[in-house]
Amino acid sequence: MTCLPEKTTRKLGLVIDLDTCVGCHACVTNCKEWNTGGHMAPLTDTNPYGAEADGVWFNRVHSYEVTTPEGNSQSLHFPRSCLHCEDAACVTVCPTGASYKRTSDGIVLVDEDKCIGCKLCSWACPYGAREYDVFEGVMKKCTLCVDRIYNENLDQEDRVPACVLTCPTGARHFGDLGDPQSDVSRLVRKREGRDLMPEMGYQPTNKYLPQREKSGAAGTETNQSPALAPLEDTSGASGLLGWVDRMLERMD
Amino acid sequence: MHPAASVILFTTASGVGYGILALAPLLVAFGLLPDDNRWLGGALMIPALGLVTLGLLSSTFHLGHPERAWRALSQWKSSWLSREGVMAILSYPPALAYAYAWIVLGAVDGPWVWAGFATVLTAVGTLFTTGMIYRSLKPIPAWATDWTVAGYLTLGPLTGLVVIVAVATGFGLHPVRFQTLAIILVIAAAVAKNAYWSRQLKVWEEHSQTTGAAVASPGNTVRSIEWPHTEANYVLKEMGYRVARKHAEPLRHITRNLLLVAPAAIFCVLPSILPLPYLIWAVIPGAVLTLAGVVVERWLFFAEAKHVVSLYYGVD
Repeated sequence: MTCLPEKTTRKLGLVIDLDTCVGCHACVTNCKEWNTGGHMAPLTDTNPYGAEADGVWFNRVHSYEVTTPEGNSQSLHFPRSCLHCEDAACVTVCPTGASYKRTSDGIVLVDEDKCIGCKLCSWACPYGAREYDVFEGVMKKCTLCVDRIYNENLDQEDRVPACVLTCPTGARHFGDLGDPQSDVSRLVRKREGRDLMPEMGYQPTNKYLPQREKSGAAGTETNQSPALAPLEDTSGASGLLGWVDRMLERMD
Repeated sequence: MHPAASVILFTTASGVGYGILALAPLLVAFGLLPDDNRWLGGALMIPALGLVTLGLLSSTFHLGHPERAWRALSQWKSSWLSREGVMAILSYPPALAYAYAWIVLGAVDGPWVWAGFATVLTAVGTLFTTGMIYRSLKPIPAWATDWTVAGYLTLGPLTGLVVIVAVATGFGLHPVRFQTLAIILVIAAAVAKNAYWSRQLKVWEEHSQTTGAAVASPGNTVRSIEWPHTEANYVLKEMGYRVARKHAEPLRHITRNLLLVAPAAIFCVLPSILPLPYLIWAVIPGAVLTLAGVVVERWLFFAEAKHVVSLYYGVD
Protein backbone atom coordinates (compact mmCIF):
# COMPACT_ATOMS: atom_id res chain seq x y z
CA MET A 1 0.00 0.00 0.00
CA THR A 2 1.03 3.59 -0.53
CA CYS A 3 0.38 4.45 3.10
CA LEU A 4 3.63 5.57 4.68
CA PRO A 5 5.34 3.48 7.37
CA GLU A 6 4.78 4.95 10.83
CA LYS A 7 8.44 4.63 11.58
CA THR A 8 11.39 3.41 9.60
CA THR A 9 14.17 1.40 11.26
CA ARG A 10 16.83 3.63 9.71
CA LYS A 11 16.66 6.94 7.88
CA LEU A 12 19.26 6.69 5.16
CA GLY A 13 19.94 9.95 3.39
CA LEU A 14 22.40 12.54 2.21
CA VAL A 15 23.93 15.56 3.87
CA ILE A 16 25.03 18.14 1.32
CA ASP A 17 27.52 20.82 2.25
CA LEU A 18 26.63 24.01 0.39
CA ASP A 19 29.78 25.62 1.72
CA THR A 20 32.03 23.09 0.03
CA CYS A 21 30.15 22.39 -3.20
CA VAL A 22 31.87 24.03 -6.17
CA GLY A 23 29.17 23.22 -8.71
CA CYS A 24 31.32 20.94 -10.86
CA HIS A 25 28.43 18.59 -11.74
CA ALA A 26 30.57 15.49 -11.13
CA CYS A 27 27.83 14.06 -8.87
CA VAL A 28 25.28 14.69 -11.65
CA THR A 29 27.42 12.89 -14.20
CA ASN A 30 28.30 9.91 -12.03
CA CYS A 31 24.67 9.58 -10.93
CA LYS A 32 23.57 9.34 -14.56
CA GLU A 33 26.43 6.95 -15.35
CA TRP A 34 25.64 4.53 -12.54
CA ASN A 35 21.85 4.70 -12.63
CA THR A 36 21.46 4.32 -16.37
CA GLY A 37 22.65 0.77 -15.72
CA GLY A 38 21.17 0.43 -12.23
CA HIS A 39 17.89 -0.29 -10.42
CA MET A 40 15.87 2.24 -12.50
CA ALA A 41 17.76 1.66 -15.77
CA PRO A 42 17.77 3.07 -18.36
CA LEU A 43 17.81 6.83 -17.81
CA THR A 44 16.76 7.61 -21.35
CA ASP A 45 17.60 10.76 -23.31
CA THR A 46 15.62 12.54 -26.02
CA ASN A 47 17.70 13.86 -28.89
CA PRO A 48 20.86 13.83 -26.74
CA TYR A 49 23.24 15.19 -29.40
CA GLY A 50 20.88 17.61 -31.14
CA ALA A 51 18.98 20.77 -30.33
CA GLU A 52 16.56 20.60 -27.39
CA ALA A 53 18.37 17.73 -25.71
CA ASP A 54 16.35 16.32 -22.81
CA GLY A 55 16.54 13.29 -20.60
CA VAL A 56 16.00 11.72 -17.21
CA TRP A 57 18.39 12.80 -14.45
CA PHE A 58 18.09 12.15 -10.72
CA ASN A 59 20.37 14.96 -9.65
CA ARG A 60 20.58 18.54 -10.91
CA VAL A 61 22.91 21.35 -9.80
CA HIS A 62 21.66 24.95 -9.82
CA SER A 63 23.85 28.02 -9.37
CA TYR A 64 22.73 31.16 -7.59
CA GLU A 65 24.02 34.51 -6.43
CA VAL A 66 23.24 34.96 -2.74
CA THR A 67 23.08 38.46 -1.25
CA THR A 68 22.76 38.85 2.51
CA PRO A 69 20.72 41.66 4.07
CA GLU A 70 24.08 43.39 4.84
CA GLY A 71 24.84 43.47 1.14
CA ASN A 72 27.49 40.75 0.96
CA SER A 73 27.21 38.47 -2.00
CA GLN A 74 28.66 35.11 -2.93
CA SER A 75 27.90 32.28 -5.30
CA LEU A 76 25.93 29.22 -4.19
CA HIS A 77 25.96 25.89 -5.95
CA PHE A 78 22.97 23.81 -5.09
CA PRO A 79 22.56 20.09 -5.91
CA ARG A 80 18.87 19.10 -6.04
CA SER A 81 17.72 15.47 -5.79
CA CYS A 82 15.18 13.32 -3.94
CA LEU A 83 15.20 14.07 -0.19
CA HIS A 84 13.54 10.74 0.78
CA CYS A 85 11.01 12.65 2.90
CA GLU A 86 9.41 11.12 6.00
CA ASP A 87 6.03 12.55 4.98
CA ALA A 88 6.44 11.77 1.30
CA ALA A 89 3.25 12.90 -0.48
CA CYS A 90 4.64 11.47 -3.74
CA VAL A 91 4.01 8.05 -2.18
CA THR A 92 0.56 8.65 -0.71
CA VAL A 93 -0.87 10.19 -3.91
CA CYS A 94 0.19 7.17 -6.00
CA PRO A 95 -3.00 5.36 -7.06
CA THR A 96 -1.37 2.05 -7.99
CA GLY A 97 1.06 1.20 -5.20
CA ALA A 98 4.04 1.73 -7.50
CA SER A 99 5.57 4.35 -5.20
CA TYR A 100 6.61 3.19 -1.77
CA LYS A 101 8.79 4.08 1.20
CA ARG A 102 10.82 1.25 2.65
CA THR A 103 10.25 0.47 6.32
CA SER A 104 13.82 -0.82 6.75
CA ASP A 105 15.77 2.26 5.65
CA GLY A 106 13.27 4.93 4.54
CA ILE A 107 14.33 4.95 0.90
CA VAL A 108 11.53 6.07 -1.48
CA LEU A 109 11.36 3.91 -4.59
CA VAL A 110 9.16 3.29 -7.64
CA ASP A 111 8.13 -0.19 -8.75
CA GLU A 112 8.30 0.36 -12.50
CA ASP A 113 6.16 -2.70 -13.21
CA LYS A 114 3.21 -1.14 -11.36
CA CYS A 115 3.62 2.50 -12.48
CA ILE A 116 0.92 3.68 -14.91
CA GLY A 117 2.72 6.95 -15.67
CA CYS A 118 -0.02 9.28 -14.37
CA LYS A 119 2.68 11.75 -13.18
CA LEU A 120 0.69 12.78 -10.10
CA CYS A 121 3.66 11.95 -7.83
CA SER A 122 5.80 14.49 -9.67
CA TRP A 123 3.14 17.14 -9.03
CA ALA A 124 3.12 16.24 -5.34
CA CYS A 125 6.88 16.77 -4.96
CA PRO A 126 7.85 20.36 -4.05
CA TYR A 127 11.48 19.67 -4.95
CA GLY A 128 11.08 18.51 -8.56
CA ALA A 129 12.88 15.28 -7.74
CA ARG A 130 10.89 12.93 -9.95
CA GLU A 131 11.39 12.84 -13.70
CA TYR A 132 9.17 11.05 -16.18
CA ASP A 133 10.68 8.71 -18.75
CA VAL A 134 8.76 9.34 -22.01
CA PHE A 135 10.17 6.20 -23.66
CA GLU A 136 9.34 3.79 -20.86
CA GLY A 137 6.10 5.54 -19.83
CA VAL A 138 6.97 5.38 -16.13
CA MET A 139 8.18 7.77 -13.44
CA LYS A 140 11.80 7.58 -12.32
CA LYS A 141 13.66 8.93 -9.31
CA CYS A 142 16.75 8.76 -7.15
CA THR A 143 17.15 5.35 -5.50
CA LEU A 144 19.83 6.53 -3.07
CA CYS A 145 21.84 3.97 -5.11
CA VAL A 146 20.05 1.11 -3.37
CA ASP A 147 21.97 -1.13 -5.76
CA ARG A 148 25.33 0.16 -4.47
CA ILE A 149 24.88 0.68 -0.74
CA TYR A 150 24.01 -2.99 -0.04
CA ASN A 151 26.07 -4.40 -2.91
CA GLU A 152 28.41 -7.10 -1.58
CA ASN A 153 30.24 -7.23 -4.90
CA LEU A 154 31.65 -3.80 -4.14
CA ASP A 155 34.39 -3.03 -1.62
CA GLN A 156 33.05 -1.70 1.68
CA GLU A 157 34.27 1.86 0.99
CA ASP A 158 32.45 1.89 -2.35
CA ARG A 159 29.05 1.01 -0.83
CA VAL A 160 27.85 4.62 -0.93
CA PRO A 161 25.70 6.45 -3.50
CA ALA A 162 27.52 7.26 -6.74
CA CYS A 163 27.16 11.03 -6.16
CA VAL A 164 28.86 10.75 -2.75
CA LEU A 165 31.63 8.53 -4.04
CA THR A 166 32.53 10.88 -6.87
CA CYS A 167 32.32 14.30 -5.20
CA PRO A 168 35.85 15.76 -5.53
CA THR A 169 35.40 18.26 -2.69
CA GLY A 170 33.75 15.93 -0.16
CA ALA A 171 30.59 18.03 -0.15
CA ARG A 172 28.28 15.01 -0.07
CA HIS A 173 27.88 12.69 2.92
CA PHE A 174 25.82 9.53 3.26
CA GLY A 175 24.54 7.82 6.39
CA ASP A 176 21.75 7.08 8.84
CA LEU A 177 20.09 10.33 9.88
CA GLY A 178 17.83 8.41 12.26
CA ASP A 179 20.80 7.51 14.46
CA PRO A 180 21.78 10.58 16.52
CA GLN A 181 25.29 9.18 16.98
CA SER A 182 26.04 8.66 13.27
CA ASP A 183 28.67 10.82 11.56
CA VAL A 184 26.05 12.51 9.40
CA SER A 185 23.82 13.32 12.37
CA ARG A 186 26.78 14.82 14.25
CA LEU A 187 27.68 16.85 11.17
CA VAL A 188 24.12 18.17 10.86
CA ARG A 189 24.15 19.20 14.55
CA LYS A 190 27.57 20.84 14.33
CA ARG A 191 26.84 22.80 11.16
CA GLU A 192 23.13 23.44 11.86
CA GLY A 193 21.92 21.52 8.84
CA ARG A 194 18.65 22.66 7.35
CA ASP A 195 15.53 21.27 5.70
CA LEU A 196 14.44 22.63 2.34
CA MET A 197 11.07 24.43 2.49
CA PRO A 198 10.24 23.06 5.97
CA GLU A 199 6.83 24.82 5.85
CA MET A 200 5.70 22.29 3.25
CA GLY A 201 5.69 19.73 6.06
CA TYR A 202 7.30 16.92 4.06
CA GLN A 203 10.04 16.35 6.71
CA PRO A 204 12.87 15.70 4.27
CA THR A 205 15.52 13.20 5.41
CA ASN A 206 18.33 14.84 3.42
CA LYS A 207 19.85 17.89 5.08
CA TYR A 208 21.74 20.86 3.63
CA LEU A 209 24.62 22.49 5.49
CA PRO A 210 24.46 26.27 5.02
CA GLN A 211 27.35 28.32 3.72
CA ARG A 212 29.72 29.50 6.45
CA GLU A 213 30.11 33.19 7.22
CA LYS A 214 33.12 34.24 5.17
CA SER A 215 35.97 36.21 6.76
CA GLY A 216 35.30 39.87 6.16
CA ALA A 217 31.59 39.24 6.09
CA ALA A 218 28.95 41.30 7.87
CA GLY A 219 29.38 44.47 5.89
CA THR A 220 33.15 44.96 6.06
CA GLU A 221 34.88 46.72 3.21
CA THR A 222 36.83 43.65 2.14
CA ASN A 223 33.82 41.70 1.12
CA GLN A 224 31.68 44.52 -0.19
CA SER A 225 34.24 45.69 -2.75
CA PRO A 226 36.17 42.64 -3.79
CA ALA A 227 38.01 44.54 -6.57
CA LEU A 228 41.82 44.79 -6.38
CA ALA A 229 43.25 47.88 -4.74
CA PRO A 230 44.91 50.35 -7.19
CA LEU A 231 48.72 50.27 -7.56
CA GLU A 232 50.30 51.59 -4.43
CA ASP A 233 51.76 55.06 -4.21
CA THR A 234 55.58 54.91 -4.28
CA SER A 235 56.37 58.62 -4.35
CA GLY A 236 58.17 58.68 -0.98
CA ALA A 237 60.24 55.50 -1.52
CA SER A 238 63.96 55.67 -0.77
CA GLY A 239 66.97 53.37 -0.71
CA LEU A 240 67.57 50.59 -3.23
CA LEU A 241 63.88 49.91 -3.92
CA GLY A 242 63.25 53.65 -4.38
CA TRP A 243 66.11 53.80 -6.90
CA VAL A 244 64.70 50.75 -8.77
CA ASP A 245 61.27 52.40 -8.78
CA ARG A 246 62.65 55.61 -10.27
CA MET A 247 64.69 53.71 -12.90
CA LEU A 248 61.67 51.63 -13.94
CA GLU A 249 59.47 54.73 -14.20
CA ARG A 250 61.94 56.27 -16.69
CA MET A 251 61.60 53.20 -18.87
CA ASP A 252 57.75 53.50 -19.06
CA MET B 1 1.04 23.49 -14.51
CA HIS B 2 0.88 22.08 -18.01
CA PRO B 3 -2.78 21.86 -19.11
CA ALA B 4 -2.94 18.41 -20.72
CA ALA B 5 -5.77 18.33 -23.28
CA SER B 6 -6.89 14.89 -22.09
CA VAL B 7 -7.24 16.08 -18.49
CA ILE B 8 -9.27 19.14 -19.55
CA LEU B 9 -11.51 16.97 -21.73
CA PHE B 10 -11.83 14.40 -18.93
CA THR B 11 -12.85 16.80 -16.22
CA THR B 12 -15.22 18.78 -18.48
CA ALA B 13 -16.96 15.77 -20.04
CA SER B 14 -17.23 13.84 -16.82
CA GLY B 15 -18.33 17.00 -14.99
CA VAL B 16 -21.31 17.32 -17.35
CA GLY B 17 -22.05 13.59 -17.08
CA TYR B 18 -21.88 13.44 -13.28
CA GLY B 19 -23.81 16.72 -13.14
CA ILE B 20 -26.70 15.11 -15.02
CA LEU B 21 -26.47 11.97 -12.88
CA ALA B 22 -26.45 14.06 -9.71
CA LEU B 23 -29.48 16.16 -10.71
CA ALA B 24 -31.77 14.05 -12.92
CA PRO B 25 -32.92 11.59 -10.17
CA LEU B 26 -33.55 14.55 -7.83
CA LEU B 27 -35.52 16.44 -10.47
CA VAL B 28 -37.59 13.30 -11.08
CA ALA B 29 -38.15 12.84 -7.34
CA PHE B 30 -39.35 16.47 -7.04
CA GLY B 31 -41.64 16.03 -10.03
CA LEU B 32 -39.73 18.47 -12.25
CA LEU B 33 -38.87 15.78 -14.81
CA PRO B 34 -41.48 13.18 -15.87
CA ASP B 35 -40.30 9.59 -15.27
CA ASP B 36 -42.98 8.22 -17.62
CA ASN B 37 -41.29 9.67 -20.69
CA ARG B 38 -38.87 6.95 -21.83
CA TRP B 39 -37.46 9.08 -24.66
CA LEU B 40 -36.61 11.92 -22.30
CA GLY B 41 -34.97 9.37 -19.96
CA GLY B 42 -32.91 8.04 -22.86
CA ALA B 43 -31.97 11.52 -24.05
CA LEU B 44 -30.59 12.34 -20.57
CA MET B 45 -29.21 9.10 -19.13
CA ILE B 46 -27.52 7.77 -22.27
CA PRO B 47 -25.50 10.97 -22.96
CA ALA B 48 -24.68 11.21 -19.23
CA LEU B 49 -23.34 7.66 -19.09
CA GLY B 50 -21.60 8.23 -22.45
CA LEU B 51 -19.88 11.39 -21.17
CA VAL B 52 -18.63 9.85 -17.92
CA THR B 53 -17.35 6.85 -19.91
CA LEU B 54 -15.68 9.17 -22.43
CA GLY B 55 -14.17 11.07 -19.51
CA LEU B 56 -12.84 7.91 -17.89
CA LEU B 57 -11.35 6.68 -21.17
CA SER B 58 -9.78 10.05 -22.03
CA SER B 59 -8.23 10.20 -18.56
CA THR B 60 -6.24 7.12 -19.51
CA PHE B 61 -4.93 8.74 -22.71
CA HIS B 62 -2.23 10.66 -20.88
CA LEU B 63 -1.03 7.60 -18.97
CA GLY B 64 2.31 6.05 -19.84
CA HIS B 65 0.76 2.59 -19.40
CA PRO B 66 -3.03 2.68 -19.98
CA GLU B 67 -3.15 -1.13 -19.90
CA ARG B 68 -2.25 -1.00 -16.21
CA ALA B 69 -5.00 1.53 -15.39
CA TRP B 70 -6.89 -1.08 -13.34
CA ARG B 71 -4.13 -0.89 -10.73
CA ALA B 72 -5.26 2.68 -9.96
CA LEU B 73 -8.25 1.25 -8.07
CA SER B 74 -6.05 -0.38 -5.44
CA GLN B 75 -4.72 2.47 -3.23
CA TRP B 76 -7.95 4.06 -2.04
CA LYS B 77 -6.63 4.12 1.53
CA SER B 78 -4.18 6.92 0.78
CA SER B 79 -4.71 8.28 -2.73
CA TRP B 80 -7.51 10.63 -3.84
CA LEU B 81 -6.85 9.66 -7.45
CA SER B 82 -7.50 6.04 -6.53
CA ARG B 83 -10.64 7.03 -4.59
CA GLU B 84 -11.87 8.94 -7.63
CA GLY B 85 -11.43 5.82 -9.76
CA VAL B 86 -13.30 3.70 -7.20
CA MET B 87 -16.16 6.22 -6.95
CA ALA B 88 -16.40 6.45 -10.74
CA ILE B 89 -16.73 2.66 -10.99
CA LEU B 90 -19.21 2.55 -8.07
CA SER B 91 -21.46 5.06 -9.84
CA TYR B 92 -22.12 2.70 -12.76
CA PRO B 93 -24.41 0.05 -11.18
CA PRO B 94 -26.98 2.48 -9.68
CA ALA B 95 -26.84 4.79 -12.74
CA LEU B 96 -27.39 1.83 -15.09
CA ALA B 97 -30.20 0.53 -12.88
CA TYR B 98 -31.85 3.94 -12.81
CA ALA B 99 -31.50 4.31 -16.59
CA TYR B 100 -33.04 0.82 -16.99
CA ALA B 101 -36.06 1.76 -14.88
CA TRP B 102 -36.61 5.09 -16.65
CA ILE B 103 -35.99 3.93 -20.22
CA VAL B 104 -37.02 0.26 -20.27
CA LEU B 105 -39.63 0.02 -17.50
CA GLY B 106 -40.96 3.50 -18.22
CA ALA B 107 -41.40 4.34 -14.53
CA VAL B 108 -39.13 5.04 -11.57
CA ASP B 109 -40.81 3.73 -8.45
CA GLY B 110 -40.25 1.42 -5.47
CA PRO B 111 -36.63 0.22 -5.18
CA TRP B 112 -35.64 2.10 -8.34
CA VAL B 113 -35.98 5.35 -6.40
CA TRP B 114 -33.18 4.10 -4.13
CA ALA B 115 -31.04 3.44 -7.21
CA GLY B 116 -31.67 7.08 -8.05
CA PHE B 117 -30.44 8.27 -4.64
CA ALA B 118 -27.38 6.02 -4.96
CA THR B 119 -26.73 7.56 -8.39
CA VAL B 120 -26.87 11.06 -6.88
CA LEU B 121 -24.51 10.12 -4.02
CA THR B 122 -21.90 8.39 -6.18
CA ALA B 123 -22.00 11.16 -8.80
CA VAL B 124 -21.46 13.86 -6.16
CA GLY B 125 -18.82 11.61 -4.56
CA THR B 126 -16.92 11.36 -7.83
CA LEU B 127 -16.96 15.15 -8.31
CA PHE B 128 -15.79 15.57 -4.71
CA THR B 129 -12.89 13.11 -5.07
CA THR B 130 -11.85 14.78 -8.35
CA GLY B 131 -11.63 18.11 -6.54
CA MET B 132 -9.73 16.53 -3.65
CA ILE B 133 -6.99 15.25 -5.98
CA TYR B 134 -6.05 18.85 -6.72
CA ARG B 135 -6.90 20.22 -3.29
CA SER B 136 -4.45 17.83 -1.61
CA LEU B 137 -1.39 18.98 -3.61
CA LYS B 138 0.45 21.33 -1.25
CA PRO B 139 3.22 22.28 -3.73
CA ILE B 140 0.60 24.04 -5.88
CA PRO B 141 -0.64 26.70 -3.42
CA ALA B 142 -3.44 27.96 -5.74
CA TRP B 143 -5.08 24.53 -5.64
CA ALA B 144 -4.63 23.76 -1.95
CA THR B 145 -7.95 25.24 -0.86
CA ASP B 146 -11.52 24.03 -0.28
CA TRP B 147 -12.59 26.45 -3.04
CA THR B 148 -11.01 24.03 -5.51
CA VAL B 149 -13.40 21.31 -4.34
CA ALA B 150 -16.29 23.81 -4.30
CA GLY B 151 -15.50 24.65 -7.93
CA TYR B 152 -15.78 21.01 -9.01
CA LEU B 153 -18.91 20.45 -6.92
CA THR B 154 -20.73 23.47 -8.40
CA LEU B 155 -19.54 23.49 -12.01
CA GLY B 156 -20.39 19.82 -12.57
CA PRO B 157 -24.07 20.23 -11.57
CA LEU B 158 -24.27 23.65 -13.32
CA THR B 159 -23.09 22.21 -16.65
CA GLY B 160 -25.30 19.16 -16.07
CA LEU B 161 -28.29 21.41 -15.48
CA VAL B 162 -27.84 23.48 -18.66
CA VAL B 163 -27.79 20.25 -20.69
CA ILE B 164 -30.87 18.93 -18.84
CA VAL B 165 -32.72 22.23 -19.51
CA ALA B 166 -31.77 22.18 -23.21
CA VAL B 167 -32.94 18.57 -23.59
CA ALA B 168 -36.13 19.07 -21.53
CA THR B 169 -37.03 22.19 -23.54
CA GLY B 170 -36.60 20.12 -26.69
CA PHE B 171 -39.18 17.73 -25.22
CA GLY B 172 -41.62 20.59 -24.79
CA LEU B 173 -41.12 21.19 -21.06
CA HIS B 174 -41.08 24.84 -20.12
CA PRO B 175 -37.61 25.70 -18.68
CA VAL B 176 -39.10 28.07 -16.13
CA ARG B 177 -39.57 25.05 -13.87
CA PHE B 178 -35.75 24.80 -13.51
CA GLN B 179 -35.36 28.51 -12.79
CA THR B 180 -34.88 28.27 -9.01
CA LEU B 181 -32.27 25.53 -9.31
CA ALA B 182 -30.49 27.48 -12.06
CA ILE B 183 -30.32 30.59 -9.86
CA ILE B 184 -28.96 28.58 -6.91
CA LEU B 185 -26.29 26.84 -9.00
CA VAL B 186 -25.16 29.99 -10.84
CA ILE B 187 -24.81 31.87 -7.54
CA ALA B 188 -22.97 28.93 -5.93
CA ALA B 189 -20.60 28.60 -8.90
CA ALA B 190 -20.00 32.36 -8.96
CA VAL B 191 -19.14 32.38 -5.24
CA ALA B 192 -16.83 29.37 -5.57
CA LYS B 193 -14.94 30.59 -8.63
CA ASN B 194 -14.62 34.21 -7.51
CA ALA B 195 -13.34 33.10 -4.10
CA TYR B 196 -10.87 30.76 -5.81
CA TRP B 197 -9.62 33.48 -8.14
CA SER B 198 -9.29 36.23 -5.57
CA ARG B 199 -7.37 33.85 -3.27
CA GLN B 200 -5.20 32.68 -6.16
CA LEU B 201 -4.09 36.23 -6.97
CA LYS B 202 -2.38 36.61 -3.60
CA VAL B 203 -1.69 33.07 -2.44
CA TRP B 204 1.77 32.83 -4.01
CA GLU B 205 3.01 35.83 -2.03
CA GLU B 206 1.23 34.82 1.18
CA HIS B 207 1.70 31.09 1.43
CA SER B 208 4.69 30.10 -0.60
CA GLN B 209 8.31 30.79 -0.03
CA THR B 210 11.23 32.44 -1.66
CA THR B 211 14.04 30.87 -3.62
CA GLY B 212 16.12 31.54 -0.50
CA ALA B 213 14.01 29.16 1.60
CA ALA B 214 14.05 26.63 -1.22
CA VAL B 215 17.86 26.49 -1.22
CA ALA B 216 18.37 26.50 2.57
CA SER B 217 19.38 30.17 2.56
CA PRO B 218 16.34 31.89 4.08
CA GLY B 219 16.55 35.61 4.71
CA ASN B 220 18.94 36.19 1.85
CA THR B 221 18.19 37.42 -1.65
CA VAL B 222 18.87 34.54 -4.02
CA ARG B 223 19.13 35.11 -7.76
CA SER B 224 19.31 32.21 -10.19
CA ILE B 225 22.37 32.61 -12.39
CA GLU B 226 22.62 29.20 -14.03
CA TRP B 227 20.15 26.37 -14.54
CA PRO B 228 21.28 22.75 -14.38
CA HIS B 229 20.30 22.29 -18.01
CA THR B 230 20.29 24.53 -21.07
CA GLU B 231 17.05 23.12 -22.56
CA ALA B 232 13.66 22.61 -20.94
CA ASN B 233 13.45 19.36 -18.97
CA TYR B 234 10.47 17.31 -17.74
CA VAL B 235 10.04 19.39 -14.59
CA LEU B 236 9.88 22.66 -16.54
CA LYS B 237 7.61 21.28 -19.26
CA GLU B 238 5.17 19.77 -16.77
CA MET B 239 5.30 22.25 -13.90
CA GLY B 240 6.66 25.46 -15.42
CA TYR B 241 3.93 26.25 -17.96
CA ARG B 242 3.51 30.01 -18.10
CA VAL B 243 1.72 31.01 -21.32
CA ALA B 244 -1.67 31.59 -19.70
CA ARG B 245 -0.45 33.97 -17.04
CA LYS B 246 0.20 36.65 -19.66
CA HIS B 247 -3.47 36.61 -20.69
CA ALA B 248 -4.89 35.50 -17.36
CA GLU B 249 -7.05 38.55 -16.72
CA PRO B 250 -8.89 38.62 -20.11
CA LEU B 251 -9.29 34.84 -19.94
CA ARG B 252 -10.86 35.11 -16.49
CA HIS B 253 -13.30 37.68 -17.92
CA ILE B 254 -14.19 35.34 -20.76
CA THR B 255 -14.74 32.50 -18.29
CA ARG B 256 -16.84 34.66 -16.02
CA ASN B 257 -19.07 35.76 -18.93
CA LEU B 258 -19.41 32.34 -20.52
CA LEU B 259 -19.76 30.35 -17.36
CA LEU B 260 -21.70 32.63 -15.06
CA VAL B 261 -23.22 35.62 -16.88
CA ALA B 262 -24.49 33.64 -19.91
CA PRO B 263 -26.32 30.96 -17.86
CA ALA B 264 -27.56 33.63 -15.45
CA ALA B 265 -29.18 35.50 -18.35
CA ILE B 266 -30.32 32.52 -20.36
CA PHE B 267 -31.45 30.10 -17.66
CA CYS B 268 -32.44 32.40 -14.82
CA VAL B 269 -34.04 35.34 -16.65
CA LEU B 270 -35.17 34.41 -20.18
CA PRO B 271 -37.59 31.60 -19.21
CA SER B 272 -39.81 34.15 -17.46
CA ILE B 273 -39.81 36.49 -20.46
CA LEU B 274 -39.82 34.46 -23.67
CA PRO B 275 -42.64 32.13 -24.80
CA LEU B 276 -41.79 28.44 -25.09
CA PRO B 277 -41.33 28.07 -28.87
CA TYR B 278 -38.50 30.65 -28.86
CA LEU B 279 -36.79 29.35 -25.76
CA ILE B 280 -35.27 26.34 -27.46
CA TRP B 281 -33.19 28.80 -29.53
CA ALA B 282 -31.86 30.31 -26.33
CA VAL B 283 -31.19 27.29 -24.15
CA ILE B 284 -29.22 25.28 -26.72
CA PRO B 285 -26.69 28.06 -27.46
CA GLY B 286 -26.78 28.80 -23.72
CA ALA B 287 -25.69 25.26 -22.91
CA VAL B 288 -22.94 25.39 -25.56
CA LEU B 289 -21.63 28.71 -24.19
CA THR B 290 -21.59 27.35 -20.64
CA LEU B 291 -19.65 24.25 -21.69
CA ALA B 292 -17.16 26.45 -23.60
CA GLY B 293 -16.80 28.47 -20.40
CA VAL B 294 -15.92 25.35 -18.43
CA VAL B 295 -13.24 24.39 -20.96
CA VAL B 296 -11.60 27.83 -20.59
CA GLU B 297 -12.01 27.65 -16.80
CA ARG B 298 -10.34 24.23 -16.66
CA TRP B 299 -7.52 25.38 -18.92
CA LEU B 300 -6.92 28.42 -16.69
CA PHE B 301 -7.12 26.22 -13.59
CA PHE B 302 -4.04 24.34 -14.79
CA ALA B 303 -2.16 26.99 -16.70
CA GLU B 304 -2.39 29.61 -13.94
CA ALA B 305 -1.41 27.32 -11.07
CA LYS B 306 2.25 27.80 -10.13
CA HIS B 307 4.24 24.92 -8.65
CA VAL B 308 6.79 25.72 -5.92
CA VAL B 309 9.51 23.88 -7.88
CA SER B 310 9.64 27.00 -10.10
CA LEU B 311 11.40 28.68 -7.14
CA TYR B 312 14.49 26.65 -8.03
CA TYR B 313 14.36 28.19 -11.49
CA GLY B 314 14.34 31.71 -10.08
CA VAL B 315 10.60 32.42 -10.23
CA ASP B 316 9.82 34.20 -6.98
